[in-house]
This record gives sequence, structure tokens and C-alpha cells, in this order.
Amino acid sequence: MDGISLDVPAGSFFGIVGPNGAGKTTTLSMATGLLRPDFGTAVVHGVDVWARPLEAKRLMGILPDGVRLFDRLTGEQLVTYAGLLRGMDKDVVASRVGELLTALDLAQDAGTLVVDYSAGMTKKIALASALIHAPRLLVLDEPFEAVDPVSAANIRSILDSYVASGGTVIVSSHVMDLVQRMCDHVAVVSAGRLLAAGTVDEVRAGASLEDRFVQLVGGRSHTEGLEWLRTF
Amino acid sequence: MVAHLLRLKLTLLRNGLRRSPWQLVGIAFAGLYALGVVATLVVVLVLLRRAEPELVQTAVVLGGAAAILGWGIIPVVASATDMTLDPARFTTFAIPMKQMLAGLALGGLIGIPGLATTLVALATVVSWSRGVLPAVAALVGAVLGVLTCIVLSKVVTTATASLAASRRFKDVSAIAFMVPLVLLGPIVAGVSRGISASAGFLPEFAQAMSWTPLGAPWAIAGDLEAGQPGAAALKLLISVAVLAGLTWCWKLLLERALVSPPYSGSGKRKGGKLGLFGLLPAVPAGAVMARSLTYWIRDPRYSGSLIVVPLLPVVLVFQGSQTGDFSTLALLAPLTAFILAWSISADVSYDNTAFALHLASGVRGVHDRLGRALACLAFALPVVLAFAIGHAAFAGEWASLPAQLGLSLGILLTGLGLSSVVSARYTVAVPLPGDSPFKKPPGNVGQTLAVQFAGMGILFVLVLPEAALLIAQLVTGNSLFGWLNLAVGLLLGLALLVTGVRLGGKWLDARGPELLAQVTVNR
Repeated sequence: MDGISLDVPAGSFFGIVGPNGAGKTTTLSMATGLLRPDFGTAVVHGVDVWARPLEAKRLMGILPDGVRLFDRLTGEQLVTYAGLLRGMDKDVVASRVGELLTALDLAQDAGTLVVDYSAGMTKKIALASALIHAPRLLVLDEPFEAVDPVSAANIRSILDSYVASGGTVIVSSHVMDLVQRMCDHVAVVSAGRLLAAGTVDEVRAGASLEDRFVQLVGGRSHTEGLEWLRTF
Repeated sequence: MVAHLLRLKLTLLRNGLRRSPWQLVGIAFAGLYALGVVATLVVVLVLLRRAEPELVQTAVVLGGAAAILGWGIIPVVASATDMTLDPARFTTFAIPMKQMLAGLALGGLIGIPGLATTLVALATVVSWSRGVLPAVAALVGAVLGVLTCIVLSKVVTTATASLAASRRFKDVSAIAFMVPLVLLGPIVAGVSRGISASAGFLPEFAQAMSWTPLGAPWAIAGDLEAGQPGAAALKLLISVAVLAGLTWCWKLLLERALVSPPYSGSGKRKGGKLGLFGLLPAVPAGAVMARSLTYWIRDPRYSGSLIVVPLLPVVLVFQGSQTGDFSTLALLAPLTAFILAWSISADVSYDNTAFALHLASGVRGVHDRLGRALACLAFALPVVLAFAIGHAAFAGEWASLPAQLGLSLGILLTGLGLSSVVSARYTVAVPLPGDSPFKKPPGNVGQTLAVQFAGMGILFVLVLPEAALLIAQLVTGNSLFGWLNLAVGLLLGLALLVTGVRLGGKWLDARGPELLAQVTVNR
């Protein structure tokens, strides 16, 4: 990473986009207390993540990408576990787990071990674990990967109403269309550097976010060569 | 195409080694071990050249039959078999079936088991080099035998591929494999006693075996040497027919596997059963304890070590019955205490990156440590107590019970405290979640060994008071030392457990992200 500085307004739906290997996951890990940065700070609602980690983590719900889950638990057990780890009350956890699993269309598989879940279901159960304690900030790394369209729509409407009621969401993605439709703010990251940040309309400057992104990041190769692919 | 498949296999092997020099060291050790075994067998086979033909025939046929049997059985129980050339991965390439079969079969020869089997099989040619005809027959037999080994294992793995892909089967077979492994001593002793009692029966057994698909290829040369060309020809026919039949089966299975990739699913199950999470107190430490206990039951990497525990007394009693001296049985309770307490010293390594949940939730380190230690204590305490009391009852040594309890509880509690510190600071190379407990773990073998040895050394020092009191009682015969031992074991053990949980918790709070980074390397 090359000295990224990002300001995420409270109550915004913030998208971080960038090509593969741009440093999205690394940035989010350092901002959420999972990976210690060499220098710099991360502040959530006035709480320094690295100076007062326990307090900061209470404010955050995190869906990390590329980490395992305790997958020998059933879906229901895993979300319950996430709630209890945060010191929540048993009855509150139980009622929220039921609602979350229903909202994410996992109620039918609540008693199945997470190891037997499909990729999309695993993503959803991890999301449920991040939501259980009603955080003020949600940090979701690639939340829609492998999730079916219906579930993705459900998740989006959950997130929309969450933001409407004052919550803040940060998502990383490389699906530009999704970010353009869903987010109100966006940051473009490439090779560990911040290329652009602001509201979606500011960043895309009239063009579609995808075209603007390609223009910012560069590296689009023109479809010359590969003639043999058109000759059969 | 065959050459391509072979080159692919070699490249996969080489790139696998390139990932870390320690892996190379691991392969080198495995290779050295295999080389030792192979060299011994080859020397024996060469020496057999001067032996009675009947003895050679018996040894070669029985050994060869065992090899074929092994190639057939081991892939089923060890779900960690080499699937680098898994046919399912070639589904998208249109490879002609014949070349695919030849390539995969020869690919099976590359690797330590394949090479070792080939070398030993070729050594039988030396044993039978008593004339041109037997030597050539031995060569033909060896080639047929080795190919039968490979094709049989391919048939078995392909047939069970969809079965082996199911998680439940993997879990059960991995644990089931543990049982014969632990009981290896008694089994070997029993079998060898049986064999030595019936040495005269072995040649007959080999003779019978030589008519079966397992023994036929290895018996051809011996029959020629014994002047029975008819029998030799028949056995050659049997071997060729079996090999052809197996290859045909394999082809059918492969054709099926290529169009229908293994499906590993399980039925949907509704929730409502929280298991231990509903029983234990709903606080962070209680939740960690419930999760750990659930893993002790459901994760074969944990339950595999759990299944060793009830087998320990079996092994020790058997050993005692062999020598008539049951004094080693006194080790049962302390040894069990050590094994169980030390087993959680790699807890975070076993979690792998799932540990991120603890970190993201802001669990306090001390709760994390306490939950894991209590989970282990929950079943280790009754087991150790039962073993100590059981030993006293079995040996009729009630006078030594307090000392036994003191030492065992001391080791258990101290060990749990030490493990809580160790797993908060160091990661070790363990099989990844979902892998077989026997799979060679990725990661730093050097650090693993260092952590294990240093940890055991420190544990030894920490339980010196209990050990000293035990010795004092043995020397003086004064039972006061035994009661003192019980008190010291309990109190000192508890104190060290609390210290360990606190210190481990503190380190975990300070270094959680670094620990996560360390386990991330091995995912």
C-alpha cells in the first residue's frame, strides 16, 4: 500500500473499486483491525481502531474476504457464536439469528453445517455474522461474490434500509455496475494508490463508472491480435 | 499425450516443492525413509538368490500379495491420497481414452510409493536370476504385478471418488484409520506370533495365494524354477486377465467420472438445535468453550486425537500382558493428561483464518483462552481421574493414588496453562481445516518442531515439584508425600493455569493481528 487516505462520511454507502490485486482487501483489513499497518491511523466514529481496538470493533461489523469460517458449526450456531462472542444477551441473539436467517433465505439450511454450504450461502452466513450486533459501520469485502441474484437483491434492500436509518456501509467490489447503482460515494484504488474519491457522480463525471474506471486505471488492451479466434 | 501427462505430473510435483524449502526437507525425509525400507527389501531379495526356492517363492508371493492389497486399500482409508491427476480435472480436455489411461497409469508410478514398489519388484528379478527363463519370468511378473498395483489403486480411487468427495466419508475414514494405527504394536505382535506359531503353514498359504489375482504375477518365476511350466503359464494367464479386467473396469469408471463429476451434497436441515451453545453460559468464554467442544466432536483433526485416548489403556495393558509386568500402566493417567493438555497448544493454528472472527468481534484474549482451556478440561478431567482411579483399582495400589492424582492433575492443569500461552504466541504447521488429519501440513516444519520441543521442555520444568514429590514417596515410602503431591498438583496446577490463561490472553490482545497474519500464510 502506498499511503492511502480515505474519508468515509457517516451515513454514506461507500464503494471501493479497483482491479484485482489493487489493495482493496489490504486497505479494509488495516482499517478494521485485522492487519496492523506499518504507519497511519484508522478512526471509526471518533475511536482510533489501533489504539482502542475493542471499542472500535464494537462499532463495526466486518465481512472479510478470503478467510475461513468456523465451518463445522451449523449456520445457526455460527451466527449465534458471532453474537455471543460480542457479549450479547442470549435471547436477543436467538431472535436476531432467526430473523437474519429468514431475511437471507437461509432458514431452510439453518441446521446444515457451514462446510456443506455453497459459496453463495457461505457468503450470506458470514454477512449474517457481521450484522448480528447491529453495528454502526458495516465493512463488507466483496459481499456479492457468488451470491445469486435474488439473494443479492435481498441483501441490497437490507443494506439500503440500513443506510437510510443512519448506518454506514463500505463495500469493495469489482462489479462497477453494482457499485454505480448501489453506492452514493466511491473510491477508485489501483496498485495501492487512491486514484479518485468522492460521490459517485463526481467520480464518474458524466461517463459510466465502468468507462471512467478503465480510463483511470488504464491497461485496457485493444482487441487486436487474436485474429485466429475469429477465423475458426 | 502420454508424455504430456507425465510432464504435467512432474511439473506439479516440482512446483509443489518450490513453494517452500521446508517442504523439500519433508519430501527428503520421506524419501530417505522410503529409501531405507526399499534398500532393506532389495538387499533381502538379493540375498534370497542363494536361498531355497520354496522359501523365496513364499516370501515373494506373500510380499507381493501384500503390496497389491496395500495399493488397493490404502487409498480408501487415507483420503489424503495424491489426486494431482484427478480425472475430474481433465473433463474439459478432449483426451483420447487410451492415452489418458496410459498417462494416468504411468503417472501413478511417479512419486515415492510408485518408485519404491517398482524398485522392490525389480529386485525379485535378482532373486530369480538362477537361469535365463526364471529371470525373464520374474521380470514379466514384476511388471505385471506393479501395473496391477497401480491400476487397482486407480480403480479403487475412481470408484470411490464421489464417495470420497463427501465430507462425512472423509471424516469417518480419517478417524477410523486412527484405530489400527494406534493399535499397530499389538496387531503386529499378534500377527507375528501367529505366524511364528504356524511357520509350516506359510508355504501352503503362499501356494494358495499364488492362484489368486493377488499372488499370481509374483509366482510365475518360482513355478518355472520348480519345473512346473504348466502352472507358471496358467498364473501368467491369470495375471494378464486380471490386469486386463481391472483396466477395463477402470476405463468404464473413468468414462463415467469424466461425464459426471462427483457430487458432494447433503440434505437440507432446518435449525432449532443450538447444541452446546444452548447449554453453556451465554458469555464470550462460554461461547468459545461451546465452539471448541463442538469441534472436538465434529472436526476429525480433533476427534482423531480424542479416539487415541480410550485406546491408550488397551495398548498399555497389552504391553503389560506381553511382559507380565504392568508397571508401565502407572504412566496411563499422566500420559493422557499430557496428550490432552498439549493438544490445544496449536488451537489457533487449527482455527486457521477462521480466527479472524474472534479478532473482528473484539473478543478479549483472556475469554478466548479460558473458553478453549475449559473445553479441553471438561472431558480431560473426568478421563484423567477415571484413568488414575482405574489404575489404582487394577493394580491394587491404593496407596499411590494420591501421588498419581497429584502428578496427573498437575500435568493437566499446568499443560493447559502452558498451551494457552503457546497457542497465543506461536503458530505451528497443522493440517488445514477440512483436510485429513494425516495429510502433510503446509508450513514451517522447523518452527513447529522448535515450538513443540521447547514447550515440552518447559512443561517438564513446571511439573518438577510434583515429580520430585513422587520420587520422594517412592524412595521413603512415606504416604504423606503422596497427599502433599495431590495438594501441590491441584494448587500449583490451578495457579499456573490461571497465570497461563491471563498471560496468553494478554499476548493475544497485543498480537492478534500478527497471529492472524501468521496463520494466513498457511491457508
